[in-house]
Amino acid sequence: MGSIQLKSVKKSFGAINVINNVDLDIKNGEFAVFVGPSGCGKSTLLRLIAGLEDVTSGAVLIDGKDATNVGPSKRGLAMVFQSYALYPHMSVRGNIAFALKMAGEKAAAIDQKVRKAASTLNLTDYLDRKPRQLSGGQRQRVAIGRAIVREPKAFLFDEPLSNLDAALRVQMRVEIGELHNALATTMIYVTHDQVEAMTMADKIVVLDRGSVAQVGSPLDLYNRPNGLFVAGFIGSPTMNLIRGALAEKRGAATIGIRPEHADVSTTAGEWPATVRLAEHLGSDTFVHADADGIGALTLRLEGEAPLKPDQRIFVTPREANLHKFDKDGRRIN
Amino acid sequence: MAMKQSVGKRAGVTVLAWVVGFLIFFPILWTFLTSFKTELDAIAMPPKFLFFHWTLENYAEVQSRSNYLHFAFNSIALSIGANVIGLLISVPAAWSMAFAPGKRTKDLLMWMLSTKMMPAVGVLVPIYLLFRDLHLLDSLWGIGFVLMMLNLPLLIWMLYTYFKEIPVDILEAARMDGASLLSEILYVLTPMAIPGIASTMLIAIILSWNEAFWTLNLATSNAAPLTAFIASYSAPEGFFWAKLSSASTLAIAPILILGWFSQKQLVRGLTFGAVK
Amino acid sequence: MATQQTTTAGRVLVAPSVILLFAWMIVPLVMTLYFSSLRYSLLDPDSSGFVGLQNYTAFLTDPDFITSLLNTLILVASVLVISVCGGILVALLMDQPVFGQNVLRLMVIAPFFVMPTVSALVWKNLLMNPDSGLFAWIARSLGFSPIVWFTNYPMLSVIIVVSWEWLPFASLILLTALQSLDEEQKEASSLDGAGPISYFGYIVLPHIARAITVVILIETIFLLSVFAEIYVTTSGGPGVATTNIPFLVYKQALLNFDVGSASAGGIVAVVLANIVAIFLMRMVGRNLEG
Repeated sequence: MGSIQLKSVKKSFGAINVINNVDLDIKNGEFAVFVGPSGCGKSTLLRLIAGLEDVTSGAVLIDGKDATNVGPSKRGLAMVFQSYALYPHMSVRGNIAFALKMAGEKAAAIDQKVRKAASTLNLTDYLDRKPRQLSGGQRQRVAIGRAIVREPKAFLFDEPLSNLDAALRVQMRVEIGELHNALATTMIYVTHDQVEAMTMADKIVVLDRGSVAQVGSPLDLYNRPNGLFVAGFIGSPTMNLIRGALAEKRGAATIGIRPEHADVSTTAGEWPATVRLAEHLGSDTFVHADADGIGALTLRLEGEAPLKPDQRIFVTPREANLHKFDKDGRRIN
Repeated sequence: MAMKQSVGKRAGVTVLAWVVGFLIFFPILWTFLTSFKTELDAIAMPPKFLFFHWTLENYAEVQSRSNYLHFAFNSIALSIGANVIGLLISVPAAWSMAFAPGKRTKDLLMWMLSTKMMPAVGVLVPIYLLFRDLHLLDSLWGIGFVLMMLNLPLLIWMLYTYFKEIPVDILEAARMDGASLLSEILYVLTPMAIPGIASTMLIAIILSWNEAFWTLNLATSNAAPLTAFIASYSAPEGFFWAKLSSASTLAIAPILILGWFSQKQLVRGLTFGAVK
Repeated sequence: MATQQTTTAGRVLVAPSVILLFAWMIVPLVMTLYFSSLRYSLLDPDSSGFVGLQNYTAFLTDPDFITSLLNTLILVASVLVISVCGGILVALLMDQPVFGQNVLRLMVIAPFFVMPTVSALVWKNLLMNPDSGLFAWIARSLGFSPIVWFTNYPMLSVIIVVSWEWLPFASLILLTALQSLDEEQKEASSLDGAGPISYFGYIVLPHIARAITVVILIETIFLLSVFAEIYVTTSGGPGVATTNIPFLVYKQALLNFDVGSASAGGIVAVVLANIVAIFLMRMVGRNLEG
């Protein structure tokens, strides 16, 4: 129905390789998230799937059929742009109906579908307004409504929440998740925010400079990152990475320990450290400390920990949660 | 102005500015006034400024004796016709340069602008002979074609600058929505670019209306627009100042009004964007 | 941003304009070049033959040509000086907060929108006519005898008319450039102790230098082709006193019907304009990069 495959896809602009040999298999109904730092190529990958850019080599398959040379208007996919890209001269109704008009549907059918999409997204009261009269969140919904009404094979989201304020972002994240549950359609979602990735995805694709670093479920990537890049990208605050003697002692070039996987004591432990700053959130305490001979560490403690700057503490990593990486940055254990 | 200025200085500057403005505008004002005088009043010494017998006889005569409407119609037909057809050619070209640029697009644009810099006399002879042989002399189609070619670079350039201001992702959204290229241009691009298209047409019509080389050399009577009609007053018989004034007022009034609305576009268009 | 489909579409959509403009530019130009190598007069069409560069030598050594060239340069230079200097002053004036600024702007810009035949005839008859023109009345009121403008000072008269037409253009462009000058720069400079003249010389002038260059280049392109104003006032005379290159070529072509000579003259005009165009395109090109 809505499966998407990429086979050996490469994309270069002139001499610059933006996408290097990407293979991906997204199953029908999956919520896949492309995540990575700026410039890693995630948006480009999405646009290649949409057909807004041509691949330099390789193939894009939609539902098993080769769509590599098919234009964007004929791929049966719907896209929600970062800027929403609403048609400013049309009302909300006109925006949502446009695709149906292009498909040649009859006025009665269009009207019914538009109403349905509008009610799903709580836009019924705004149908006759123009985009400039809407708030950011409402525009976001119109962009989604425009996509839903086409009943596409898959939805493509290009960083849809980055223009919203924090509270709205959380709310919309939930709504998009619920939408996915309701429609059961494939969704491909691009973001640089790994929290969005972790909370929304069935499958995360981490991209690093045009190549796939790792593909897997959120917990897979969290618990078993296959290299330094993914280890440092997934998880907030970032994993503590330690090189040198301490790592070699355990048979690795670099070891990693997540902030919540270390025990902190004021009396005894493996690594002595000095507290630089303690952030008290109420539910957690983030402790930023300088460990002797190791460097900066970030630790997360549950609840309230009464630690102050310049206080001496002892940090002990839990061996079971230690990640080991070789000198090329790849996972060992 | 955030800075304080003495009231006296401001008043002085205002007066000076208005004097200068009035002096610059005066010839037009004088023409307008003269158009309502009798021919004798028009040449009266000392000149009559406001207190004379105001009459509309010149306006009546300019139509009855010299068929002003015929020339006005030609001006309108030429200015609007040439530029509407020019628009149909320029919109796709500007779309191409704004949304599907290639390596050569910038050079192409520059080359197009450069064709506007060729002096008309450089091609007067062949155009004239060509038109003569093709029976296009004194024809609206022939002159209209020339006027269109003169404006094509300007139309493309100005539309290009307006199209560049349209976010490309809205056009991409249209493509994702299943729009063909024609639909994209018709239902999305054009409605969004209406202000820019209107501004461009404004300037283009003004320039065509005032064009006074080809209209003077290629038209004699049938296709002669107002530029040529006014030029016929250069060798007149008898008293003609009042009639010249009324003919002139009628000829320039529409353009003065259009020109008022098109100041910003004038800067954008005629300086090719070099001044913002 | 483009796919193969948009690239192909792009090429197809731009093709008509390219073809038309190419034909419009090349075909007549080539014909002019061809004609310029012939001895061809419409009055005597049977005796035409290839004469190589003879038309050029004849055209360029004709004393009328030298005069026309000088007249062209004098006309262009004079109008440039008047319109640019005047334009700066008018722009400075209009940049001040003045009551009724909108109406004032309309008044200052209006002459640019008047068709050249109207401008020329209004100036020649209503203003400059030595018997009943307004200037004649002003002169007599002040005790002077009126100037016979177009007879005694033909070139000056034409210059005045054309300057009046182009002053608004320069004013508008320079005013636009002036208005992009940050108000804060003026405040900062006054805190630094700069008087109005220093402020103008060190801050305003450099800021509008680019606009001035653009005005000069664009006006030059158009001023090299002044035609209608001469056509309706002096017909190039008295003698060749107000004949410029365009008018000379026109005379050869449509009054003397000497195709060969007129074509040679046309090419000369093209060369002249090209020299200016190169400079202008460099300036525009630099701006297109942005």
